[in-house]
Amino acid sequence: MMQAAEKAPKPVKQLDHRYEGISKVTGKIKYAGEFSEPFAKSDLLYAYLVQSTIPSGDIVSIDRAAADNSAGVVTILTPFNAPKLSQAPPQPPARRNLSLLQDTSVSYNGQPIAVVVARSLDEAKSAAALLKVKYAPKPAKIGLKNRLAEARWPKDPGKEPAGNHRGDAQAGFSKATVIIENTYITPIQHHNPMEPHGTIAWWDGPKLNVYDSTQYITGVRQSLAKTLNIPVDFVHVVDPVVGGGFGSKGSMWSHVPLCAMAARITGKPVKLILEREQMFGPVGGRPSTVNKIKLGASADGKLLAMQQDVVMNASVMEDFVEHAEGPTKNLYMSSANSVSAKIVEANLGVSTFMRAPGEAPGTAVLEIAMDELAEKLNMDPVQLRLVNYAETDPSHDRPWTSKNLKDCYQQAADRFGWSKRNATPRSMSDGNAWIGYGMATATYPANRSAAMAIVRLLPGGRMFVGSGTQDLGTGTYTIMAQQAAAGLGIDPTLVEVKLGDSTLPKAPVSGGSQSSASVLPAIQDATSQLKLKLADLAIADAASPLHGLKTLDIDAKDGKLFNRNNPTQSDTLTDLIARNGNKPVEATGSAEPAESKDAMSSQSWGAVFAEVAVDKDTHMVKVRRIVATYDIGTLLNQKTGHNQLMGGIVWGISFALHEEAHIDSVYGRVVNESLAEYHVPVNADIGTIDVSTLNIPDLKFNPIGSRGIGEIGITGTAAAVANAIYNATGKRIREYPITPDKIMLA
Amino acid sequence: MKDFAYQRAASSEAAIHAGNARGAKFLAGGTNLVDLMKYRVESPAALVDINHLDLTQITPDQDGVRIGAMVRNSDLANHALIRQSYPLLSQALLSGASPQLRNMASTGGNLLQRTRCYYFTDVSFPACNKREPGSGCAAVKGYNRIHAILGQTDKGSTSGETCIATHPSDMCVAMAALDAKVEVEGAKGKRTISFADFHKLPGSTPWIETALHPGELIVGVTLPAAKYAKNSYYLKARDRNSYAFALISVAAGLELEGGNIKSAGLALGGVALKPWRMPEAEHVLVGKPATPENFARAADILLKDAKTYEHNAFKVEMARRGVVRALTLATQGAPEGANA
Repeated sequence: MMQAAEKAPKPVKQLDHRYEGISKVTGKIKYAGEFSEPFAKSDLLYAYLVQSTIPSGDIVSIDRAAADNSAGVVTILTPFNAPKLSQAPPQPPARRNLSLLQDTSVSYNGQPIAVVVARSLDEAKSAAALLKVKYAPKPAKIGLKNRLAEARWPKDPGKEPAGNHRGDAQAGFSKATVIIENTYITPIQHHNPMEPHGTIAWWDGPKLNVYDSTQYITGVRQSLAKTLNIPVDFVHVVDPVVGGGFGSKGSMWSHVPLCAMAARITGKPVKLILEREQMFGPVGGRPSTVNKIKLGASADGKLLAMQQDVVMNASVMEDFVEHAEGPTKNLYMSSANSVSAKIVEANLGVSTFMRAPGEAPGTAVLEIAMDELAEKLNMDPVQLRLVNYAETDPSHDRPWTSKNLKDCYQQAADRFGWSKRNATPRSMSDGNAWIGYGMATATYPANRSAAMAIVRLLPGGRMFVGSGTQDLGTGTYTIMAQQAAAGLGIDPTLVEVKLGDSTLPKAPVSGGSQSSASVLPAIQDATSQLKLKLADLAIADAASPLHGLKTLDIDAKDGKLFNRNNPTQSDTLTDLIARNGNKPVEATGSAEPAESKDAMSSQSWGAVFAEVAVDKDTHMVKVRRIVATYDIGTLLNQKTGHNQLMGGIVWGISFALHEEAHIDSVYGRVVNESLAEYHVPVNADIGTIDVSTLNIPDLKFNPIGSRGIGEIGITGTAAAVANAIYNATGKRIREYPITPDKIMLA
Repeated sequence: MKDFAYQRAASSEAAIHAGNARGAKFLAGGTNLVDLMKYRVESPAALVDINHLDLTQITPDQDGVRIGAMVRNSDLANHALIRQSYPLLSQALLSGASPQLRNMASTGGNLLQRTRCYYFTDVSFPACNKREPGSGCAAVKGYNRIHAILGQTDKGSTSGETCIATHPSDMCVAMAALDAKVEVEGAKGKRTISFADFHKLPGSTPWIETALHPGELIVGVTLPAAKYAKNSYYLKARDRNSYAFALISVAAGLELEGGNIKSAGLALGGVALKPWRMPEAEHVLVGKPATPENFARAADILLKDAKTYEHNAFKVEMARRGVVRALTLATQGAPEGANA
């Protein structure tokens, strides 16, 4: 299924270094919470979010006398005095249900219930501690595993149906020679980007300006306008760099409109930055999933039926469905499958997308089950995957735009040395540790949305490119510069990039691995338009060597326009623009998925291999090596691309071994709400990571042949580690994270 | 953070004088106290900064060594004498926290680390007898995976005496096994407290954590002559390979003569509100061959009174295995300290 070689476009010249790298490491570039202009810095007020300390009930009263008299306090917003908003939440496109002090109900422990605004952050926090909140508590719904009987269908499952059948799964199981049936559990996780959520808001008459740490400036703009009932044109959102988001900044959360409300009431610019412990509830998280998985296969390993029934927690405020059953529908070609996704309501903050929503927990559980099936069949785990390789998309019964997963298995297995694996657990050891090898498949859908971009040729042959997209630390600046430069055949270091400003042409949310796949085709279109304009300029210019040629005869390369029929006949971009009085020439472009997109499925793939060492006494796990090969279409930039894939793999290791938000069973509050206690890997936990990509363009997906890579790295990795732990110890842990106590007691 | 007075003490005498004031606290490395002030768990009226006092010496004395209270954890762990004669202490220190924290944290401050019990560090939880004497204990019925299995007081979640917190220090576990003594100075003069008496189990007063009198300043720690320089091991089981508190830890020192044990120092961390040490567990080893079977007997003695909770039952078995493993590794020599 290789793409025809002649269709592949010329590789785009890559930047060697991250476009904004130097300004980042020197502290020159500003994150949303760091701005102190254009308003007078001395005017800036500081807001502190006050949160509930009970999981369910009503606020009876808030005694604010002491807080009001506390030093520096300017105002305090509570449910008893906050301005009434004309429209009730939730507001699309954010979708998330917000807590905007519109009523006195409390739905989870940690819900925003007041905002204290003061001249300094310390003063705001000190005053917040003086508020005396009186509650009328109600019984709270806490826990998931003990409440599975309460599972119900979601009211709004999102894009995918909550239940789905293909073929006759029961018939498949009855024919199967080998059946695996187990329950697999994934925990609640919170995104914890390095940069906390934060907003600075100020009003200019009826117009609202915000700096906001977000994955979606256009979404924040629309959501703020709807929530505050002002025209969209009156809202300006700016965010030049984002210190990570992972989905938690894909939606607008309560603190953003609360900050704007505080700015309107005080008539001053107001800054509201969340503290780390405030990021465990009010800004979303990944729900816990309990997955009953049943796989049935014939003796030769062919899957005859797959079944996965998922039950997850959802906030009483809003149903959010984590589609952990997704991979069971399309990762392997089974004769039949049956899936369902149900929810159990809980008094917790609203769940939301988190890196590889669906596929991260989905591959984490399904790929353990596949490992168990391989063992029961006495078959190599890679071979089992090849036997059930899906040449077409089983969930939609249609072809893939491109799929080279077999090459991934082969290449990664070779690099890893998989052939040396002994399938018998506890057969390898090193000192006091058991050594184990494991593997799993990685996958994530390729998404794409409509996007627009603007480009300009500037004096001196330099270029400008702009789009209302975001850079979450992923390399958007870098690949935008590359794409714009390629359009006129100039060096990418000559391009100035602007993004993260809602006055720029619109682009989609930086989520669902779609930014590069959406924005770059728009830039490609814009540069094509610009090239035509420049050609026409040269043709009309009596002083140009290209004067009088036809538009279609002119192309651009190496900083020049030239005659295709006589390449020595050329005009430099510098000269051309100089003769134009150094007036920049501008063009806009747009791109969107073709209408025919529903005829094919687009998905990214990978194979992940892991080697672990498990101490025989402490049962601590060290992931010594990860080797992963991905089929993600064209790799746009070696450095930023590998960086994203490796970061995803570290997330996968975290999923496997570390991350879990623990909820107190009485108070419904996250107990480990700090990065000291909510564990993610530290350097000492990460061994070597060997990432490679096939780099085969997927030109049926989009004209640049590239699928997004923000999420695929986390998928597959957790199960590869879990399967390696089994190979090391003979202990099959089916509940993440796999901590030393679980291994010891198994 | 509430407003507080700050003063830099020019001498130990001045510090002790200032520390006697109501609501005053000594500020050393600040790696724990300042966090707790931000969380509003601690709200001292005054901080007496002792960072500039001359308490930074590591001095060999007639049979052992004296460590000044303001010796930073990094300096202590990497000091030639400590690495050579007390590798158990060096290893324990290097397994704690992160390099940045160890660069700030002091010897005296480490002794006074407060528990990492979630219900203590988050003031949103209404019940914690350490934080609010008499308010009860939310941990007993809460998420108690990191909590105590030995020496705790459990009279139910509403009792004003209940506390199942653990002491989080690694350094202290090694010091307990090494028979350290704590030197303190107060308005009434100097005194020395044995390590076993320094930290208090919750008893009926969980809010009283040490034998320090109000206003007393830790000025140093002394270690007796090194007995375990050749054979010791600090084993720490935790949820990640650095920057995590011990699920359980074991400080093991052995003095070997032929194949037999002449004396042993053995303490557990992560299981109680103080390093857990029992003389019987060490006596049972004396004169015996250094075998896993004998080590297991010591472990059984140490753990015989263990009482576990919903989420921490694993600690008994993990500690048992840890004791055997640490003593076994100790018979093989003494590492200079794990990388952490």
